[in-house]
Amino acid sequence: MKRRTTIYGLIAEFDGPGSLVAAAHRARQAGYRRMDGYSPYPIEELSEAMGFHHTRLPLIVLTGGILGGIGGYLLQYWVSVIEYPMNIGGRPLNSWPSFIPVTFETTVLLAALAAVFGMLGLNGLPMPYHPVFNVPRFALASRDRFFLCIEAADPKFDREATMQFLKTLEPRNVSEVPH
Amino acid sequence: MVQESAGQSSLTEASQPPIIEPGHTFSSVTDKISSVVLIQRTSRGWFLGFGLAFLLLILLLFALTVLVFTGIGIWGNNIPVGWAFEIVGFVWWIGIGHAGTLISAILLLLRQEWRTSINRFAEAMTLFAVACAAIYPAFHVGRPWLAYWLFPYPNTMGTWPQFRSPLIWDVFAVSTYATVSLLFWFVGLIPDLATLRDRAQKRLPRVVYGMLAMGWRGSARHWHRYETAYLLLAGLSTPLVLSVHTIVSFDFAVSIIPGWHATIFPPYFVAGAIFAGFAMVLILAIPIRRIYGLEDFITMRHLENMAKIILVTGLIVAYGYMMEAFTAWYSANPYEGYMILNRMKGPYAPFYWALIACNALTPQVFWLKRMRTSIPVLFAVALVVSIGMWLERFIIIVTSLHRDFLPSSWRMYYPTVFDFATFIGTIGLFVSLLFLFVRFLPMISIFEMRTILPQAKVEERS
Repeated sequence: MKRRTTIYGLIAEFDGPGSLVAAAHRARQAGYRRMDGYSPYPIEELSEAMGFHHTRLPLIVLTGGILGGIGGYLLQYWVSVIEYPMNIGGRPLNSWPSFIPVTFETTVLLAALAAVFGMLGLNGLPMPYHPVFNVPRFALASRDRFFLCIEAADPKFDREATMQFLKTLEPRNVSEVPH
Repeated sequence: MVQESAGQSSLTEASQPPIIEPGHTFSSVTDKISSVVLIQRTSRGWFLGFGLAFLLLILLLFALTVLVFTGIGIWGNNIPVGWAFEIVGFVWWIGIGHAGTLISAILLLLRQEWRTSINRFAEAMTLFAVACAAIYPAFHVGRPWLAYWLFPYPNTMGTWPQFRSPLIWDVFAVSTYATVSLLFWFVGLIPDLATLRDRAQKRLPRVVYGMLAMGWRGSARHWHRYETAYLLLAGLSTPLVLSVHTIVSFDFAVSIIPGWHATIFPPYFVAGAIFAGFAMVLILAIPIRRIYGLEDFITMRHLENMAKIILVTGLIVAYGYMMEAFTAWYSANPYEGYMILNRMKGPYAPFYWALIACNALTPQVFWLKRMRTSIPVLFAVALVVSIGMWLERFIIIVTSLHRDFLPSSWRMYYPTVFDFATFIGTIGLFVSLLFLFVRFLPMISIFEMRTILPQAKVEERS
């Protein structure tokens, strides 16, 4: 237990996207689960290699859109029929064709807000501090280097054995990630 | 079959000029774009350009201050021309903004990779254009400090907005558009802000970019959700951008004024918006790529593709002009008929024919490849199109209003000095914001540029 609190994990640095994806494959085959890849741009194959396909985000966006649509229409209905009824050119109070444009806009607005804040929320951002930033070379993850971090929280994690395993993946180097 | 078509597409891909010059790497792309913000000294030209734009911005503040203290009587619009320069400017700016969303959303969904190097500043252009547009209705209400009355909220007056009015649809459309464009732009910026945070040498930029990047670390899990969110936002923005200009056209089409009451308006306005917007992207892209040496990233292929889009949308707009005349004749409505004759032969006829020359005739030079690949021609045509689209809105709005059903209420419209000051001032606001943007934020999306490099592809391993 003591060992786990001393470091966050071990991080290996790679030169290209291909070697990172291959390394992620092998780490998964070796039984590691609590790991994450870091890259300067999105790599579709990496998500597959690390075994996550599903995200709840589309569902959140759909919910946002439905709420926005229903909310927008109900707002107009309540204002035009219940709270402030007015006879405009003899049209029915619930003149629904006139309410479509605003309903559409509120649908898009809430769906877009759900997409952005849902994405940030699921990603746990904003997160001012994260242990991987303690590795000086990690600054290159936003430029041209690719990293694979196996976290100490992984049940299979062992400081020496995991270090040896990472070194077999032909990284540029492997370093410890302090807390 | 699948393989065949894939082979074919790579073949056509190879025969076209590249979307990024060969020889670039992840680090060269990153360093080149981020150095504009982080390393390069701010040039004298930047200060000169920003200074000039800022002077025009001061002119805007002056014109608006006089307006607030005096009232909208300082403008030339009066009954029957109740709408003039202000709505012309509003529609013009909103339309310019649409190219940004088109490039960032629609071309993303259509997998047009060439959009990558121009989407960031096109989106910035959208935001700044919407900011300029929003000034007009906010000040045209006369008492801008009460502009929030446009929104539905419980108030002590016991009143609510009229949801059957296109003007209230416009409030929702434009405010949604501004919000979603800002979110889309900011989401696109997050990974690049992280790059700037990691590359900054000085403490202040590191702290500021660090706060804006919100702790982005390029985690694969994050990228996965990020890509989903980005794609969904593009999917949402696409119908949104079409709806916004449709609703703007409803401001006119839902009324019964001859020249406005036409079903062609929504598609005609949307095409005109894209037309004007791409012209503005060209006007901005041509000097920017030259000044900052970004010819490797914004290549001739980008400029030529934009010229093609201008040609296509220009033809749609020209079709709109023909249909306006045709429906006026075919409807056999004397007011509609008079309206189109008045446009062609009345007191504003020179502006009508100027708009036909600018929007329908000038873009036809883009049929020739030699013209599409000549930078001076591209720049000149883009300027002409921008002027033409401004004239189009002027003609639609002013000629329809100044001679309506009753000859006793006919009146000419002449803009005042304050009309011009406000319009020129919004150009100052737009250009000032753009200067600040290219100085403080990466004007090309760095992480998306990395994805289009050949070495970004993961080779299949057995």
